[in-house]
Amino acid sequence: MKGLLIISGLGILAMLAEIFKFKKLLFPLVLLGVLAAYVFNFMEWNNPLNIAAFDNMIGFDKIALAFSGVILATVFFWFIMANDYFENDTNMVDHVSLVLFAVVGALMLTAFKNMTTLFLGVEIMSIPLYVLAASKKKDIKSNEAGFKYLIMGSFASAFLLFGIALIYGATGSFDLMQIQAAVSNHAAGGMPVFFYAGVIMLLIAMLFKVSAAPFHFWAPDVYQGSPTVITALMSTVVKTAAFAAILRLFLIGFSGVSEVWSTILPIIIALSLVIANFSAAMQINVKRMLAYSSISHAAFMLMVVLANVRSNATLGALLYYSLAYSIGSIAAFGVLYNVTKKGDESFDAFNGLGKRNPLMAACMTIAMLSLAGIPITAGFFAKYFVFAIMIGTAYKWLLILAILTSAVGVYYYLKVIISMYFRTSAETEEVHIELSQKTVIILTTIITLALGLVPGFVAEMFSF
Amino acid sequence: MLTGLLIVLPLVAALLVFLTKGNTARSLALVASVAEFALSLFVFFQFKNDPTANTLSLNCTWVQSMGIKFAVGLDGISLLLVLLTTFLVPLIILSSFKNEYHKPNAFYGLILVMQMALVGVFTANDGFLFYVFWELALIPIYFICLLWGGDDRGKITLKFFIYTLSGSLFMLIGLIYLYSHTGYGSGIRSWAINDLYTAGRSLNVDQQSAVFWMIFLAFAIKMPIFPLHTWQPDTYVVAPTQGTMLLSGIMLKMGTFGVIKWLLPIAPLALEKWGGTAILLSTIGIIYASCIAIAQKDFKRLIAYSSIAHVGLISAGILSANQQGVQGAVIQMLSHGVNVVGLFLIADILLRHTGTRDIDKLGGIRNMNGQFSVLFLIILLGSVALPLTNGFIGEFLLLNGVYQYSAYMAAFAGLSVILGAVYMLRGYQKIMLGEKPSTGIEFGSLATSDKVVLITICAVIIAFGVYPKPLNDLAEPAVKALLSNMK
Repeated sequence: MKGLLIISGLGILAMLAEIFKFKKLLFPLVLLGVLAAYVFNFMEWNNPLNIAAFDNMIGFDKIALAFSGVILATVFFWFIMANDYFENDTNMVDHVSLVLFAVVGALMLTAFKNMTTLFLGVEIMSIPLYVLAASKKKDIKSNEAGFKYLIMGSFASAFLLFGIALIYGATGSFDLMQIQAAVSNHAAGGMPVFFYAGVIMLLIAMLFKVSAAPFHFWAPDVYQGSPTVITALMSTVVKTAAFAAILRLFLIGFSGVSEVWSTILPIIIALSLVIANFSAAMQINVKRMLAYSSISHAAFMLMVVLANVRSNATLGALLYYSLAYSIGSIAAFGVLYNVTKKGDESFDAFNGLGKRNPLMAACMTIAMLSLAGIPITAGFFAKYFVFAIMIGTAYKWLLILAILTSAVGVYYYLKVIISMYFRTSAETEEVHIELSQKTVIILTTIITLALGLVPGFVAEMFSF
Repeated sequence: MLTGLLIVLPLVAALLVFLTKGNTARSLALVASVAEFALSLFVFFQFKNDPTANTLSLNCTWVQSMGIKFAVGLDGISLLLVLLTTFLVPLIILSSFKNEYHKPNAFYGLILVMQMALVGVFTANDGFLFYVFWELALIPIYFICLLWGGDDRGKITLKFFIYTLSGSLFMLIGLIYLYSHTGYGSGIRSWAINDLYTAGRSLNVDQQSAVFWMIFLAFAIKMPIFPLHTWQPDTYVVAPTQGTMLLSGIMLKMGTFGVIKWLLPIAPLALEKWGGTAILLSTIGIIYASCIAIAQKDFKRLIAYSSIAHVGLISAGILSANQQGVQGAVIQMLSHGVNVVGLFLIADILLRHTGTRDIDKLGGIRNMNGQFSVLFLIILLGSVALPLTNGFIGEFLLLNGVYQYSAYMAAFAGLSVILGAVYMLRGYQKIMLGEKPSTGIEFGSLATSDKVVLITICAVIIAFGVYPKPLNDLAEPAVKALLSNMK
């Protein structure tokens, strides 16, 4: 809870920076604030009191704290990575506060206890991102991204609202616990039909947010058009928050009608796996490739949800997956951001990086191997946990599909590695990377390896 | 403890080598690999004194909640393969002294990382750890091929990587499935090898069959078995010589070793049902690869295909699951490892001295360098399994084992000996004998490092051909224990 308050305060403070002329101080302040939020978030872990706040609208239980921790850690690294994006910009102050407000929304999504807070969280997170996606004002692609994201996002919000309204109509409450109670008080199939319609609408809205197929069409264009650092934010923080929300909404709120919504999940997962991996393999633009790959990762995380509802598998896998994926993505986007500064975003931009900056090439290699799921990186254990819980379910065919598409996945991740070490570039001068960015890339790479060496630490923290 | 040290030493050495520059790297790598060989010899003598000594194994917790342990230990079979690895790596490093590689520190560092992973694969007593080492072995060899390989290596190594990785993922699922059946009664899941054995045998035929094919797929790709071999010839040819040596000399044995230790005891019922199919595939591979080898012009590619033929016989012997077959396979794995490294070095020497490996463009080298032709001949005879060379005893036991399983299969598998002699001797004849070709080639005296490697290999070929007892003494009880485990 304190973490949420600190970040909100920080957002407001950032807006004041221009007026009171402490722009120079803002960046260190933000970093300190995020760090403080993380620390307070961590301190609440052993304190079971104060779970619900604001008339039971929001409550930071252990699930919420764990996911908030992932989000805050990612945001901390992200700010260091993105510092020069802010520096060269006249609207720097606005952008910083927009990012912070998006994070506020993300944190609310991990902890909502009421449908209104869910909607507020989704909107608070999304609206700043619509703006940020279009923040390269003179670039037509960026404008397209922002516009597309806004249109499609509003569409999803409409679904969300409609769903909430239908559910309110059926249960008479916005409160998650009361909805759950209303569902379990009725015998199977006893709820009115429009209740189920509402559940499905909520599912569609959330699947849109995590960009699972067939609701993924916005993702490649938006990822490609947005400034690279914003893409990094979208693929890490937004995804983690959306999954935290799915987890709370469906596994807690609608656990009583799980057979309704979990019947479509296998189809969604299968579609996402196939479409995402085969499309990613055909891309020439690395950002677009990462957009498709993020869809495939979303499918893996959905598998955890499916396995959980069908056979009570632990949710630790989801937490571990989002952490491994976020950290690995920050490292990958960090390198990508620096390599593509000249405007070329194709695989060719990486040509000869092995010679032009061996250290960054090594970090990128580890990040790619982690995303591909090769031992001993975090990504391997993330995939392993998913496989290990899926084997207990009846969906073994999904598992086989996941393996086959993973093999396709290796193809496009290795393409980056091949470009770096195998192809040569016309340019020979070293790729210059600022010290702060170097630090964050190396740090996230080390964390990726460390999570792979001692995976028990995170997985056991959350084994309920 | 000692086994753990065998894994850690190359890793530490690799990190040191990464930090050095230029030719210091290769000297350091050579010293480290020789030290590793010395350590493995020490372990060997410890093992001879007391095979169950506590000092040999290591068992500590890795991930508590999932029953994953860092458990490594030795039995006769794994000790032999560890010795093969530690014996070959110094030779492989030494054989590279005449080649100039850019970034030598990375090259030799990766070789040592590879050694670490290989020793890990051969000693792991925990299913999960085995898988991790199995995958880890793929990373360094991929980069060795990608960074220092020949033309078109990008595509070829990518195919190699995806091929092997997909196989491995299926194995992972098979292993996870076994894991999810451990702890019957107690409810405590475990990755320990013995628990996986028990879990495997508690399954019914259909479940075992699924596990069998999933795990076998990974091993079959690694070996490779027909029809999963398509990655192999290209990768062998495009890889730098040292990479090819690692791939064929040691890495290929991961597959055959895996079948012995991680498949036979886990799925005995499935083996009864599907063993015949798998042997048939192996046998087809033998004949198919031999026939293609006969038609090859590139000597390196010829050896690559011969390797498929040899490994087909080894796999058929293992899958026949009797004492002779499995023991023969173990012996043959060692002989093949040593011989094939020798053959690939010869291919490399030919290329270095004459600028080509094309059999048709070579000839008459015997008159230019008699010493080389003798060493070549000895290695070649070892490879075609002439009596009194190391190849003979293994091949004999293998054919004997396959014969006990099925006489027809043995007849076809036996063709490998004849066909092997055809393509090897034909190759020797065209390269070494006859007249010097009209295009004109020069062949000077051998470099010292090459000489040392070739003579060592020839010495081993003859020594174990004449006196194979030490190998049999180690392999026999281990194979017996393993097979009794299956009943």
